[in-house]
Amino acid sequence: MRIRPVGAHALLLDCAEPEVGSGESGTGDATPEVGSDGELGSGESEVGSVAPEVGSGEDVGSRVEAWRAELWRRREAGELDVVEIVPAATTVLLDGLADPAAAAARIASWAPRPSPAPAVTTPVPAVTAPAVTAPAVTAPGAPGGLGAGPTTGSGPATASWSGIGSGQVRTVEVPVRYDGEDLPVVADHWGVNVAEVVRRLTETAFRVAFCGFAPGFGYLTGLPEQWAVPRLATPRTRVPAGSVALAGRYAGIYPTASPGGWLLVGRTDLPMFDPHADPPATLSPGMQVRLVAA
Amino acid sequence: MAGSVGGTDVIEVRRAGALTTVQDQGRPGLAHLGVPRSGALDPAALRLANRLVGNPESAAGLEITLTGCELRFHRAATVAVTGAEADVRVGDRAADPGRPLSLPASAVLRIGPARQGLRSYLAVSGGIAVEPVLGSRATDTLAGLGPAPVRDGDRLPIGPAVGPPPPVDFTVPTACPAELRLTLRLGPRHDWFTPTALHRLLQTPYAVSPLTDRIGARLVGAPLPRAMAGELPSEGLVLGAVQVPADGQPLIFLADHPTTGGYPVIGVVDDVTPLAQARPGTTVRFHGPQR
Repeated sequence: MRIRPVGAHALLLDCAEPEVGSGESGTGDATPEVGSDGELGSGESEVGSVAPEVGSGEDVGSRVEAWRAELWRRREAGELDVVEIVPAATTVLLDGLADPAAAAARIASWAPRPSPAPAVTTPVPAVTAPAVTAPAVTAPGAPGGLGAGPTTGSGPATASWSGIGSGQVRTVEVPVRYDGEDLPVVADHWGVNVAEVVRRLTETAFRVAFCGFAPGFGYLTGLPEQWAVPRLATPRTRVPAGSVALAGRYAGIYPTASPGGWLLVGRTDLPMFDPHADPPATLSPGMQVRLVAA
Repeated sequence: MAGSVGGTDVIEVRRAGALTTVQDQGRPGLAHLGVPRSGALDPAALRLANRLVGNPESAAGLEITLTGCELRFHRAATVAVTGAEADVRVGDRAADPGRPLSLPASAVLRIGPARQGLRSYLAVSGGIAVEPVLGSRATDTLAGLGPAPVRDGDRLPIGPAVGPPPPVDFTVPTACPAELRLTLRLGPRHDWFTPTALHRLLQTPYAVSPLTDRIGARLVGAPLPRAMAGELPSEGLVLGAVQVPADGQPLIFLADHPTTGGYPVIGVVDDVTPLAQARPGTTVRFHGPQR
C-alpha cells in the first residue's frame, strides 16, 4: 500500500502493488486493456511503497476492503478524524483531514485486519420491500474481527448509515428476475447457455467493493476475472431502475433509470436508494450480496 | 409548482432566470454511497448573506446564475444579496447588495444580470425551508438530489426568523478578476503525465470554457499528454481535483462533482471558490503551493 497526497486535505491509499520488475514507463506490462476494470498493471510507484503484501491481481480488492474496514473502525473509535472514507477499485480516499501528513504517518503504522468472512445475515436495512426474505440472524462476529461491542453503544443510526458495524458483514439478498435482454450475449462470452449464466450469478457471493456513478450504485465484485464482459459499444439511452447488469468483472444494479452501457441480465423490485430512508442506500461498501432468483 | 406551500410564508418566483437553485453548505460525508457533496459553489458568499440576515451560516438560500431573477415576498422579511456584482431593486427603488434589506410584505425583489462574476446569492431571514434531503436542502444537478432547479411560478417556503440582522452598513464585494491564479498541488496521478504536461499545466494559461457548470469548470488550453496509456480504475475524487480526460483538456471539479472517476487526476486546486464567479473566457493560471 502506498499513500499518495491529494491536495491539501486528503490522502489516497493506493492498494495496487506494482508487478515486481515491471517497467517504469508503463511499457513493461503488456496487459491488454480491459475496459476501466483492468488491474492497474502499469509500473507505478517507486517512492514510499510500504508493506509489500504478497499477491496482486484480485487481491487488490481484498486489500481495499480490509483498509476501508480498518479506517472505518478507527474513525468510529475516535482515532481518525476524517469526513469521507471512499473506497474504489484499487484505492481508498480519505477526504477532509485536518493534517494529512500526520494522518499518513499514523496510517502507515496500522495493519488492516483481513476482511471478515461473510457470516452474518441480517434483513435488508429499513426497506419496505415485500420481496425481501432474508431472515434476521445475528451471527457471531467474523474470525479475527472485533466483537459486537462498538455496534451496541454508538447507536443503530450510525451503524446502519455506515452500512457495517465493526467486524460484522451484512448479507443482502436481492431478488432478481433473470430476464435481461443481454443474457444471451453474456452466455456467448462465457461459452455457456443462459441457464448456466443464471446459475453462476445466483451462486456467486458478491461484495460491494465501492459505490459510485449514482447514489446507491454499488460495484459488486465476486465474478472471476476470466468472466469479465465488455460494455456495450453504444450505451443505451435509458436503462430502467432496478436493472441488474454486468460490465468488466463487476455486477451492478441501477438505482434509478439512467443511460447505461452495462449488459442487462435481470431486474429487481428492491429499491436501491431512497434519500428519505435510513440508511438511504440498500448497498454500501463491504456488504455481501446475493442475487437470488425471484 | 414545486414546494406548494399555501401560507403566507413563501417566496413567489416571478422569474427564475437561467439557473436558480436552492443551496446550502451541501451534504458531505456520504461520498462512499455515491452521494456528491453539492452545496453553494461560492460557499463564502452564501455564508455572508446568511450572517447579514441573522441566519445561521448553514441556512439555505438561492444561488442565482448570470441572468438574475425576480421574486415576490408574501411576508415581510430581511434579505441580503451577495456574490456577483448585480443591480438589486426592491419594487422601484434601487437597493444595496452586501447588506441587510428590510422587505415589507408583498415586496418584489429584482436581482439584475451579473455585471461581474457569475453567481449571486440570496439569503432570507429564516432561510429557504424546503424539505431537507440527506441533511441538506441543496439542489444537486448531477445526482438529482434535493429540490429541482427553481422555475417560474414556484413558491418557496421560508422558515421562521431566528435572529436579528446585524448592524452592518457595508461589506466588501467579491472580487472577480479577469485572471485567476490558483494554487495547485500535484497528484495523486501526476505520474501518469509527461514532463511536458506538468510544464504546460504550470506555465501556460488556460481559459474557462462555456461548458462549465456546477459539476466542473472545463478549461481550454495546451493539451496535457499522458505518459501512461490505458485506463485508471475508478477512484475517489475531491473538490478541486483537476482531471484530464482523453482529449487532454483539464477540468476542475466543483461542488456537484461525481464521487469517483476513472480519468487520472493530475493535481488538486486548494480553493475553487474563485471559479464560482469565473465567466467563460476567464484566464486561469496554476502555480505550486510553494510560491
